[in-house]
Amino acid sequence: MTTSALRDLVIRHPGQGEEQPFLEVVDLRVHFPTDDGLVKSVDGLSFALDRGKTLGIVGESGSGKSVTSLAIMGLHTRPASEQTRPGAQLSGEIYLDGDELLGKTPEYVRSLRGKRMAMIFQDPLSAMNPYYTVGQQIIEAYRIHNPVNKKVARKHAIDMLGRVGIPEPSRRVDAYPHQFSGGMRQRAMIAMALSCDPDLLMADEPTTALDVTVQAQILDLIRDLQSEFNSSVVLITHDLGVVAELADDVLVMYAGRAMEYGSAEQLFNRPAHPYTWGLLGSMPRFDRTRSERLLAIKGSPPSLINVPPGCPFHPRCEYAARNGGLSEDIRPELVAVEPGHTVACHLSQTDREQIWEHEIAPKL
Amino acid sequence: MTASTQKPAEAGAEQDSDLIIVEGLIKHFPIRAGILRRQVAAVQAVDGVNFSVKRGETFSIVGESGCGKSTTARLLTRLLEPTAGKITFEGRDISHLKDGAMRPLRRDLQMIFQDPYSSLNPRHTVGKIVGAPFRIQGVNPPGGVKKAVQDLLAAVGLNPEHYNRYPHEFSGGQRQRIGIARTLALRPRLIVADEPVSALDVSIQAQIINLLEDLQSEFDLTYVIIAHDLSVVRYVSDRVAVMYLGKIVELTDAEALYGAPMHPYTVALMSAVPVPDTRRRQERERILLSGDVPSPISPPPACRFHTRCWKAQEICRTEEPPLVELLPRHHVACHFPENYPDQAVNATSPEASLR
Repeated sequence: MTTSALRDLVIRHPGQGEEQPFLEVVDLRVHFPTDDGLVKSVDGLSFALDRGKTLGIVGESGSGKSVTSLAIMGLHTRPASEQTRPGAQLSGEIYLDGDELLGKTPEYVRSLRGKRMAMIFQDPLSAMNPYYTVGQQIIEAYRIHNPVNKKVARKHAIDMLGRVGIPEPSRRVDAYPHQFSGGMRQRAMIAMALSCDPDLLMADEPTTALDVTVQAQILDLIRDLQSEFNSSVVLITHDLGVVAELADDVLVMYAGRAMEYGSAEQLFNRPAHPYTWGLLGSMPRFDRTRSERLLAIKGSPPSLINVPPGCPFHPRCEYAARNGGLSEDIRPELVAVEPGHTVACHLSQTDREQIWEHEIAPKL
Repeated sequence: MTASTQKPAEAGAEQDSDLIIVEGLIKHFPIRAGILRRQVAAVQAVDGVNFSVKRGETFSIVGESGCGKSTTARLLTRLLEPTAGKITFEGRDISHLKDGAMRPLRRDLQMIFQDPYSSLNPRHTVGKIVGAPFRIQGVNPPGGVKKAVQDLLAAVGLNPEHYNRYPHEFSGGQRQRIGIARTLALRPRLIVADEPVSALDVSIQAQIINLLEDLQSEFDLTYVIIAHDLSVVRYVSDRVAVMYLGKIVELTDAEALYGAPMHPYTVALMSAVPVPDTRRRQERERILLSGDVPSPISPPPACRFHTRCWKAQEICRTEEPPLVELLPRHHVACHFPENYPDQAVNATSPEASLR
């Protein structure tokens, strides 16, 4: 299938407008050559995101969520030639506001970072430079995209720090990252990422290292700033709770592929993929008294060098036997189960509805 | 309120069903400075904690980073020596036992660690790691150490034939199982688990939680679980203690705690937990605490939560609320508890809540 044909297939949600989506990823593949073989971290991923909306990408470690975000930001090292140091092999298309990024030079993509798209990393201590004050780091990013003098930029940095809720910003602007607490550092990084009002914000596990009360503050902050700037947000996380709080659409990834893709409402109320059922069943519920046992998924995620043929989830799937070995041989494509809700699974519609209604939903 | 409901927490509990009793436990880490290394201050990690754990129950301690929950775990297993206070394990005071005297007790008192990557020696085989407790304690299990180790590996869901493999050959979840097998080797009575599942992926987390449950009934274990994940704690625990800045602020049955939390800190903590349910997104009312947790080097006077509490009044800054049994089996340290019908008593006569 050509990529242009694939692009037409990228499912549009009823809620999404007729206009072009702000971010569109078509058949993205990111492979890393290693001595042990080719690591297929992302293997044919497509999704679209409108302006002002939030997409949650959910998956376990090694499912390819962070690799996807780095590909969009253009942060993978590409091999200069076949002989030099190995880097990532990327293919597919990434459109930011209609502008294809994978074919562009690193210099061009760099000029977009900060202003057009910005990223919040999981670990603010390693994402910030310990030698420079927090203010210097924000000022640097701001002055690259805005022709202002240091004084104006500094005032802007103080403004931003105040906006994200750092007390006494005019004093804190001269502090070094190590002088901040974990929650404050994460806020400072958000201030840095938002200093140029980016149109696209990638947040890779923005709250994973934080305590719940601080997490709640940061999620609120992202929500407020998003509505203020009308940014699009890609929220990468392993926590379905965080996704339910913030995301409009959800993409569930497993072994570098999309397993299920739909609106948050569809995904949490009518999940359709056995892996999504497994994730929901594995979570102890905070808001309910305990039912029986947790519905754990057996086994562990596959090695990305040796992804099982057919459906990558079939060795761990309770229902793989129901379709006569189809899952073992043929890779399922994303197909619609209802408007705007797609699933990559060989289960028949009747089987799926039966299993969800009678076996999974009552036990959650 | 009558005088009988105001006894200090846990003091009058039936002694014989308690496996471990903690009274007035304090751990201060000194901060030294200058040439003479004089103590200039102390991190008050654990500052006066009372509780007891009954045989066969799962007792959890929750709180945010820096609240002293891990230090409490290390004090219980005597990996640290308390600054003051008393720990009684099976009727014996173990607060200040020397390493040599403590060693025989370690058969009954074991620990599961958080990070399955750093808690296993990378240069030892699985057989050697899981067999270590037998070697150290000089125990000869029937059928030999190798057989015992293989039985343990099978009990935690690992392949016994992996006896000769090294930790790096296993995934995170499998490593945690290896750590659990080692913990179980000598059939302990009490297992203290410090964040046993927080380093694992969701699907693996569920496997380990189910395993811990199965082992509890199979080996008749008592658990003390230290965790920050309130969902996990609700699922596994019989009773829960909530810690804030080195003190227990609330202690009760899991159902009571999650159904009707009384301490404002617990209420705020619970309202902050994200729930995987989009329908709840609109309905939920969230209490956002402002600011960060104060430093345990100089915690706020009186009630330690008063700097962030929306209900704080003058008395919260001057009088420390003791941990008292306000409702049956529900201990709270607060002058103005939530979900409490008789608030007026506390508000009008603060002396009533003092011991």
